[in-house]
Amino acid sequence: MMALDQLETGTVARVHHVGGERAFRRRLMELGLVPGTPVERLGAGRGVDPLRFRVRDTVVALRRHDAQLVLVERP
Amino acid sequence: MNTVGATRQATVLLVGPPNAGKSTLFNRLTGAAAETGNYAGTTVSVERAHVAMGDLAVTFVDLPGTASLVAHAADEEVTLRAMLDLAAAPEPGLVLLVLDGPRLARSLYLALQVLALELPAVVAVNLADEAREAGRVPDAAALADLLGVPVVLVSSRSGEGVDDLRRALDGALHAPTPPVSPLDVPLTLALDADVDAIRQALPDWARAPDRVRRERALALWALQSDRGARAAGRVLPQSAIETIRAAAEAAGRDLEAEIIGSRYAWIDAHAPTVAAAGGVDLDRPSQRSEALDRVLLHPLTGVLAFLMVMWLVFTTLFWWTDPLIGLVESAFEGLGDLVGQGMDAAIAASSAPAGLSVLRDLLVDGVIAGVGSVLVFVPQIAVLFLLLALLEDCGYLARAAALMDRLLRAAGLPGKAFVPLLSGYACAVPAVLATRSIPRQRDRLLTMLVIPLTSCSARLPVYTLMIATLFPATLPGWGLPVRPTVLMGMYLFSTAVTVAAAVVLGRTLFHEPAEATVLELPPYRMPMPRNVLRAVVARVSDFIREAGRVILVATVVLWALLAFPRYAPEQIVPPDELAAAQARGDDVDALAAGYALENSYAGRIGHVIEPVIAPLGYDWKIGIGLVGAFAAREVFVSTMGVVYGIADADEDDAGLRARMVADRRPDGAPLFTPLVGVSIMVFFALAMQCLSTLAVLRKETGGWRWPLFVAGYMSALAWLAAFVVYQGGRLLGLG
Repeated sequence: MMALDQLETGTVARVHHVGGERAFRRRLMELGLVPGTPVERLGAGRGVDPLRFRVRDTVVALRRHDAQLVLVERP
Repeated sequence: MNTVGATRQATVLLVGPPNAGKSTLFNRLTGAAAETGNYAGTTVSVERAHVAMGDLAVTFVDLPGTASLVAHAADEEVTLRAMLDLAAAPEPGLVLLVLDGPRLARSLYLALQVLALELPAVVAVNLADEAREAGRVPDAAALADLLGVPVVLVSSRSGEGVDDLRRALDGALHAPTPPVSPLDVPLTLALDADVDAIRQALPDWARAPDRVRRERALALWALQSDRGARAAGRVLPQSAIETIRAAAEAAGRDLEAEIIGSRYAWIDAHAPTVAAAGGVDLDRPSQRSEALDRVLLHPLTGVLAFLMVMWLVFTTLFWWTDPLIGLVESAFEGLGDLVGQGMDAAIAASSAPAGLSVLRDLLVDGVIAGVGSVLVFVPQIAVLFLLLALLEDCGYLARAAALMDRLLRAAGLPGKAFVPLLSGYACAVPAVLATRSIPRQRDRLLTMLVIPLTSCSARLPVYTLMIATLFPATLPGWGLPVRPTVLMGMYLFSTAVTVAAAVVLGRTLFHEPAEATVLELPPYRMPMPRNVLRAVVARVSDFIREAGRVILVATVVLWALLAFPRYAPEQIVPPDELAAAQARGDDVDALAAGYALENSYAGRIGHVIEPVIAPLGYDWKIGIGLVGAFAAREVFVSTMGVVYGIADADEDDAGLRARMVADRRPDGAPLFTPLVGVSIMVFFALAMQCLSTLAVLRKETGGWRWPLFVAGYMSALAWLAAFVVYQGGRLLGLG
């Protein structure tokens, strides 16, 4: 189990839990980040903010401190 | 496609997620003639177009793109509101769901919410060409079976399938029983009970005994919404909802995960039968986008690319439109001269020259100049929207917003506010129009309210006049250039105030809980010339129609204030001064114009407001200049020219500068000191002196409330700051 911002580039993990305020959780889950969904961290080195992820064939940009609120597990 | 012979009305609402090509499809379906207007009772602008389909006069409504019906801001409720209005309307209507073909599973989430409302619906799976290139063409027949409504595969870019879609819409609108989806997504047992409890408490407007699934959908919507006890302007049973939320929390349930999870569980179970699911292997379009993103979102190369793009946007807007603006200006000056000369000939031959000369001035200085002052904005508006449409259509605007988000969030603004704010340094009018790309209403309004503080190009002539008249080229004994430094200082000042105003207004007036930045990055696509041109034409004609009227009327009124009452030179100039001027061979008309202006309504206003502006270091002459500046800030310069008896002065006019420097207060002290100059520049940097901006703000916010607020807060700020500068400067012995 780890926070989403710790996921290494090019690796895939499954969403375990989305934390944070209600509106924030709803927004992320409605975009498809529900528990069990695979998420892939997309490229570009250190110090990048926002981070990019591929979820359900869509690329989304998430701020680093928002990504910290999403827990994922590696298969 | 005309409405002749059509007898009955019908409505088609276009609903779909962002970036699914919904608006392009709307254009394909309706042709060119669309009108933009606010959706009834909201400040959300939607496009409408009327198309005849057999005996039906069908109104197509293009609603804003949304990924979910549960709104996180009031304006996003417009989609639900429009659908509830459709359900309540007596005439036939349907929802056209526009889904994102290559990302079908994702857009099915919205589809499930919409179809649960039990409204007649037709589904268009768009971007068929992109889906084909990605190797995942959805199975339209299987999707139609699954959803129970007609499904058509279309490509709004190529036009493929659009005729089929038109036939499907025609069929559905004329069908004796319109296609309503029988779909019922299973919820958890606990959720079922919650939904039924809320259903029992629903008010009359939401009751539909023969539409149980619609009632349940509304109940579920209410449970998720945090917009209080209102659904799209209608009241919901808030107490029942709060009881259920509290009970769920006490039982350790996660309502959000249950509701959203049950929809995605259904999608995950059924989507594989209709869409080739995207595995971890990237398809070719995604690979291209991915490679570009690595460069364009990189902390170094991405920022460099961003600066280059923004530099290009700004220079285009600031300098490259100059020749076009000059062309419009000289065309209207030429027209004014032509009409003026024609009228002069008529006046010379007429028996009633006084009346004709008023008419001449009304035509030349009022109407023609007024129309010119509307059209002078067109080059910048057209160029800005051309650039914006290109950047948005190719997908770069979403990346620029992502890059700027952290910086602008610190000021309480979204990343998408960057381009409008930057445009404000050229002109606030196109900049305010450009805020339409900001999705959240609160963010958009806040951006619009601070844009007039950015230092637009109309302030530059005022700065130039003041700086060149009152400041030395170099600091005595130091050799440092003073003038460019002061000018740069004004730009920095304006930027700092803009940011500060955003922070203050954002934390007070528009305080809403901070929202997470979740930006969708659509794939990079080639912009379509047709779409881009359409956006430009729509915005320009919109501006001329809506804001143009107000600007024209305001220009004529202001001209009247400056031109009336009318005097002949011998009526107004003291006889000894007139004689002296004639003896010297001076321009008697210019001398008389100065006296006429002093006695005009604007001049009287200048005198009346003198006590108010005296603490800022101004006299009534500067007061007249301030009144004139309401037409446009640069008018200050030519008004000061008239006050000092110099015709057609511009900011580089040596004669005007000399007269200003020589002017004395009643006590003999010079009127224009560097301190007064700074006070005037600070006033101009902060004051809302642009009727055109107010007209555009009225149009974009749907009323006079916000423009009046902007005028109020900016004027108060300007007066206070100029007061502090002048009085503080005097205390420090700078006066």
